Amino acid sequence: MDLSLGTRTEGAKTVIEVAGEIDVYTAPRLREQIVQLVDEGKYHLVVDMENVEFLDSTGLGVLVGGLKRVRAHDGSLHLVCTQERILKIFRITGLTKVFPLHATVAEAVEATD
Amino acid sequence: MATVELRFTALPEHVRTARLVAVSLARRAGVDDETLDEVRLAVGEAASRAVGRHRAAHSPVPVLVRMTDGDGRFVAEVVDVAGEADARGDMGTGQVALRAVSSSGTESMDSGALDHGVRPSVDDYLDDGADSIEDLLPPGVDLAVIGGLVDDVEITTGSDGSTVRMVWPVVDQRRIDPSAFGTPITSA
Repeated sequence: MDLSLGTRTEGAKTVIEVAGEIDVYTAPRLREQIVQLVDEGKYHLVVDMENVEFLDSTGLGVLVGGLKRVRAHDGSLHLVCTQERILKIFRITGLTKVFPLHATVAEAVEATD
Repeated sequence: MATVELRFTALPEHVRTARLVAVSLARRAGVDDETLDEVRLAVGEAASRAVGRHRAAHSPVPVLVRMTDGDGRFVAEVVDVAGEADARGDMGTGQVALRAVSSSGTESMDSGALDHGVRPSVDDYLDDGADSIEDLLPPGVDLAVIGGLVDDVEITTGSDGSTVRMVWPVVDQRRIDPSAFGTPITSA
């Protein structure tokens, strides 16, 4: 599988563990996962990107869409990402200003918006 | 100088195919490791854009990725024949050559036809303005990403479609170690 997804609860938040490549082909699955969680009333999300090997603008679009969805319910979406090659696309697009980025899941879970 | 051409039906699953081939060829051409990540991302963005344009135009024609090495550089061209399809707010009509020269990768491209899409603001990203939430970034972000990654990129559009041409430098190994390629050294 090019992309694998898992979810778990930590503290008051739901962590989405993402592994593999997020691109135009696989991004819809991440989108569905986020939509499903929001439908279940889970509005405080953490997306753990530490095992993401590739992320492109389609993936960014899904993350932005996710942020908008949770914010419509006064929720939050934080990202865990320390990989420079993934952070690069956030920097180029200016999205480092849009997403709260953390070095660890623990930090992201404890963060209050 | 060697050229490899890859044609694929405009399906999202083959954007990865294009990335893999491009990186494989770039590595073989001598592009350095850090730059390979840029090749992967930039070719992927250009291929995704082409797939989007073909699908918007309902075109059954395959997308073309043409890769060439030689003369100290690796060139990847992604060619779509989607006509003037305006997928995702992309540039449409006219013969436009958009050259991006950026050493830092953080400056925006010469605007040209890309005024609407370069370096969107936070509001641009978050402001939907409609009832449905779209998982779409403001138009032109894919090209902005390419421009931010590649120092030498040229996008030309015409009535047939468009071409995204990206060039990366290659370090000539022979200058570093002339014996590495078994080339006899003749001292001047």
